[in-house]
Amino acid sequence: MAVIAFREALNQAMREEMQRDERVFLMGEEVGAYNGAYKVSKGLLDEFGPKRVLDTPIAELGFTGLGVGAAMAGLRPIVEMMTFNFSLLALDQIVNSAAKMLYMSGGQIGVPMVVRGPGGAGHQLAAQHSQALEAWFCHVPGLKVVTPATPADAKGLLKSSIRDNNTVIFIESEVLYGLKGEVPEGEYTIPLGIADVKRPGNDVTLIAHAKMVHVALQAAEELEKEGIDAEVIDPRTLRPLDTETILQSIRKTNRAVVIEEGWPFCGIGAQIVDTIQYNAFDYLDAPILRVTGADVPMPYAKPLEHLCLPDKGRVIDAVHRVTYKN
Amino acid sequence: MPKGSDTMTEGKVLKWLKKEGEQVTSGDVLVEIETDKVDMEVESMASGVLRKVLVQPGETVPVGQTLAVIAKPDEDISSLVSANGGAAAQKAPVERKEPAPVEPAQPAAAAPAPQPATPAPAGGRIFASPLARRMAQEAGLDLAVIQGSGPGGRIIRRDVESATAAGVPMRAPGPQLVPQGPEYRDEPLSQMRKTIAQRLSQSLGPVPHFYLTIDVDIKKARELRESANKLNPELKLTYNDIIVKACAVALTQHPDVNASFMGNAIRYHNRINVGIAVAIEGGGLITPVIRDCNRKTLQQISAESKDLIARARARKLKPEEYSGGTFSVSNLGMMGIVEFSAVINPPEGAILAVGSVQELPVVENGQIAIGYRCRMTLSCDHRVVDGATGARFLQSLQQILENPILMAL
Repeated sequence: MAVIAFREALNQAMREEMQRDERVFLMGEEVGAYNGAYKVSKGLLDEFGPKRVLDTPIAELGFTGLGVGAAMAGLRPIVEMMTFNFSLLALDQIVNSAAKMLYMSGGQIGVPMVVRGPGGAGHQLAAQHSQALEAWFCHVPGLKVVTPATPADAKGLLKSSIRDNNTVIFIESEVLYGLKGEVPEGEYTIPLGIADVKRPGNDVTLIAHAKMVHVALQAAEELEKEGIDAEVIDPRTLRPLDTETILQSIRKTNRAVVIEEGWPFCGIGAQIVDTIQYNAFDYLDAPILRVTGADVPMPYAKPLEHLCLPDKGRVIDAVHRVTYKN
Repeated sequence: MPKGSDTMTEGKVLKWLKKEGEQVTSGDVLVEIETDKVDMEVESMASGVLRKVLVQPGETVPVGQTLAVIAKPDEDISSLVSANGGAAAQKAPVERKEPAPVEPAQPAAAAPAPQPATPAPAGGRIFASPLARRMAQEAGLDLAVIQGSGPGGRIIRRDVESATAAGVPMRAPGPQLVPQGPEYRDEPLSQMRKTIAQRLSQSLGPVPHFYLTIDVDIKKARELRESANKLNPELKLTYNDIIVKACAVALTQHPDVNASFMGNAIRYHNRINVGIAVAIEGGGLITPVIRDCNRKTLQQISAESKDLIARARARKLKPEEYSGGTFSVSNLGMMGIVEFSAVINPPEGAILAVGSVQELPVVENGQIAIGYRCRMTLSCDHRVVDGATGARFLQSLQQILENPILMAL
């Protein structure tokens, strides 16, 4: 298996899917001539030409609307957001058109479109460009939401997302683009809606997605030294959520900490905690705790930015509380 | 004031075993209290210094009332002492099991009107994690006798696990029997059962009793007792020991008598725990329980019974020693009572009342002979046990007592 970076894994997925199906095309800001703001689309313009790799104006609502129309007409667009912060401009097309078209047409017209790009904090990108917005999309019936944490998951999940007949919101991470990992070559897909146990354990369940998976794994490593055996579950797809894998783990460990980069109020963790308490109440030995981003706009100052983001120390503290170690 | 039994609402402090200012370690015996049933020793749940005794010997306070404050030597406890079991006590290591600060006792120097901070309903709830509750229920453990080690005294998994591992305290010689599998099986009521329960409770009160009486030829049981005691004078086997064992054997044959009415289900107990009614001198009655009688030998039952009876009379039983019975035996034979009917000890489904062993002229093979008879009356909860069910149980019991070898098979 080749060891490649997260961005190359995404690039491979798009390349292979564009080779496989000529209806697949990519559009977005700087995706063509500039090879993508984060070089995820490197070489695609050269290989597939300007009809299938389109540089768009800075007009998210407009080109996302083009994507919806193209998908309704039978194509399979990949719409790149330079960052997901800009997707706020395109929300009307995503929420009001893409997510609802299949329903409103009585099942006649679907919107098989992927909206992808980086989400979450980068490095000192401040209040407007550091947001983890997955909860916004998860709220909407009709959308699927995918948040890979490793290069292999990125490739397998992006290929499945492109082939999916629904609109898929595919959120990557600027700080993960350089992460290297083993990725299977050639035809390799991961079905949507299936969680992955990133680390098996018996004492406590850590549930984390996207780059928080790595924070959870670091915490688990520290906890192992204290004799606490943590299981790390990466849902990978937030909607539909793989409830059963989570519940199986809770029935074994009886305790959970849910970690997310986004804001706490109405966050992803709130939904996961509800799912657990409803389905596994009698298995809980402690209240489920959440570790989230701070409930503030992201500060620009570096030390403050660090304080706002979940880190392994906060995860370890939460684990101590749910395991009554202290 | 810890809740020492299901029915306890208040308790009296008898004696403090630690003085103010003395170091206390979690697990140390701190105070002796009198409940509605027994005198018991209370262990400290916290470590620190016994800073203030709030309830003096001789005083009676409601369950949940703060008895004393244990804290660090230099910790400020003034608010605790004045609130005397109020909300501030939540965070402090104070002897308490449930938050029920009702009518705080007045410490000598306190202001005349102590503020009742956030009073909880009397007999407040026990805090336990959902998992701990489920585990305790499956193990048949009463949460009231488990000490919680979580925040605010919450009972968590490890507390139930250690309570289960410790097992039911048994004082009799012989191996500790750790029962396997669930303690009971609940069977939802059929419509007919529901109607029977409803109609009979209406007619006879909440536990509709009925009575079945049988004469048992006690000759062979008498011989068994005499020869066993001759072989081992230490043993001092009693009729009651034999009857308890015989009941256990009969209950294994008739599990539908070893059952309780639970409102919307009948609970069939998988363990056979026989309570023996013991009169306490100076008045009163208590029913210590011999657990798993079906798995114990006569010798074990006899030894355990003697120990429990002695301590019951001294009012020194622990709550777990007089709870959890599934069937009871009440014996007034030693007082010359020929026959009587006993009142069921709920939620048990039946109780056996045993009269005296009588030497009588009997007809055997057409001849008058000297016989030994004992009259026994079974009181049954008709919601659980029907007439024929009770009768079949008594028949088996009679057969076992008339052929004591069946107890050994």
